[in-house]
Amino acid sequence: MGIIEAKDLVHEYYRRDEEGNVESIETAVNHVNLTVEPGQFISILGHNGSGKSTLAKHINALLLPTEGSLWVDGKDTSVHANELPIRKTAGMVFQNPDNQIIASVVEEDVGFGPENIGIETDEIWRRVEKALTAVGMWEYRSHSPNRLSGGQKQRVAIAGVMAMEPKCIILDEPTAMLDPDGRKEVIETVHELNRKKGVTVILITHYMEEVVDSDYVYVMEKGSVVMKGKPREIFSQVEALKQYRLDVPQVTLLAHELRQAGMDIPEGILTREELLEALCH
Amino acid sequence: MLKDITLGQYYPVNSVIHRLDPRVKLLGTLVYIICLFVADHVAGFIFMTAVLAAVILLSKVPFSYMVRGLKAIVMLLVIAAAFNLFLTPGEAAVTLWKISITWAGIRSALLMVFRMTYLIIGTSIMTLTTTPNQLTDGLEKSLGVLNLVHVPVHEIAMMMSIALRFIPILIEETDKIMKAQMARGADFEKKGLVNKAKAMVPLLVPLFVSAFRRANDLALAMEARCYHGGAGRTKMKPLHYQKRDAVAYILLAVVMIVSIAIAVVW
Repeated sequence: MGIIEAKDLVHEYYRRDEEGNVESIETAVNHVNLTVEPGQFISILGHNGSGKSTLAKHINALLLPTEGSLWVDGKDTSVHANELPIRKTAGMVFQNPDNQIIASVVEEDVGFGPENIGIETDEIWRRVEKALTAVGMWEYRSHSPNRLSGGQKQRVAIAGVMAMEPKCIILDEPTAMLDPDGRKEVIETVHELNRKKGVTVILITHYMEEVVDSDYVYVMEKGSVVMKGKPREIFSQVEALKQYRLDVPQVTLLAHELRQAGMDIPEGILTREELLEALCH
Repeated sequence: MLKDITLGQYYPVNSVIHRLDPRVKLLGTLVYIICLFVADHVAGFIFMTAVLAAVILLSKVPFSYMVRGLKAIVMLLVIAAAFNLFLTPGEAAVTLWKISITWAGIRSALLMVFRMTYLIIGTSIMTLTTTPNQLTDGLEKSLGVLNLVHVPVHEIAMMMSIALRFIPILIEETDKIMKAQMARGADFEKKGLVNKAKAMVPLLVPLFVSAFRRANDLALAMEARCYHGGAGRTKMKPLHYQKRDAVAYILLAVVMIVSIAIAVVW
């Protein structure tokens, strides 16, 4: 069994009128099956309203399945007693960096999680130092988060999760509110954590460029997983991706267009170097 | 104008005042306020000025930072002073037509301005030198007794520290909304109370909506990081009294005694 295992997961949002009667039911997650092995870097792609954020909130037990079940590290999320252990195992980083930083000093914010789970003071400090060093923000430890750039704030938020020493981090569109530099900064940090610390990463995003280096990609549309596979397999289906309103990386698109025009180029080109290689042969 | 509010803004430098235990600073602020209201004579003014100046120097926070907080209350000060000046009965010093300014009025107006100014400066020293988290810890520890009568001290303290953390963010947001509404033709410079109140509607409605959205996000983020109230929580920076805190307590007692003595003697 993987570290995260979803079986026929369904989540429905109920829209109620003023008397509390159900007006309409919206299925945000529709019979999703998902297996994540420890140490993997998984990406979940999808357009707005595809249900990817709802799925992410299930992994942290912030939402509970309407039907089906979800296990995190062998624990069923629908059992209330598992709530805290699951949140310790699977940390979550959200979209807006301002709305998830609780303290007014970087180090205090990173210490917030460990404080909540009752870690001893000395150990908290050790973890805060480790987490801030891992994301490259140790020198900013006594700064106010308000004076940091978006990318830096998001790295602090990642450190805040890392300080709880989770086995797995879920990042729910961590780069959606950042500029290109900040985006690069955050994605590189996450990859480094995955490589060096062996943390399982689930990256939820709609930027295709960010998923190129992941081990496995899921594409969601209207609550269901519509495509899954290695990035190369996914990106070789340019037409299908366009149908799901996702933009293919520029290089892949160029390669695809060239191939359509009759040039001898393989499908699923992901990087500039690969395209160069293919063109020169 | 919105950038002028310094309340709740931490100024990070390393000074003795910054390192003091927040409980000392809380009690210190209380003592300071009491002393301000005890002092009603020039000697008292001078003594409080000396105390304040010493604390400001020790805190290493630029003086301009504290004065900035005053700009916001200038109008309040002027109105309060005017009321005291014109409406205090007593021996007239100057009489213009039907309005007379009394000696007692001048005195109480001056006292008023002195107290309000010093109050703002003094309390902003506390927030400038104490991180909201320390402040909260201090409050939680000092008011811990109230837990026995089922006052949710931890929850109140947590709410306070979050409120303080979000002041600068909401101020920035207000600025943004104001500019966005101005770009669409909203007029915030209109004269008259009714017009001014009306002009606030396009500002306050989006601000409230966004504040609620932020609150929702923050609650989720806190839950995701295992927050479940005060029970079983450890502290990253537990409060321990140091030697300097003892010294500070003694100095506080001295200040209190001296200011009472000055008030009694004169």
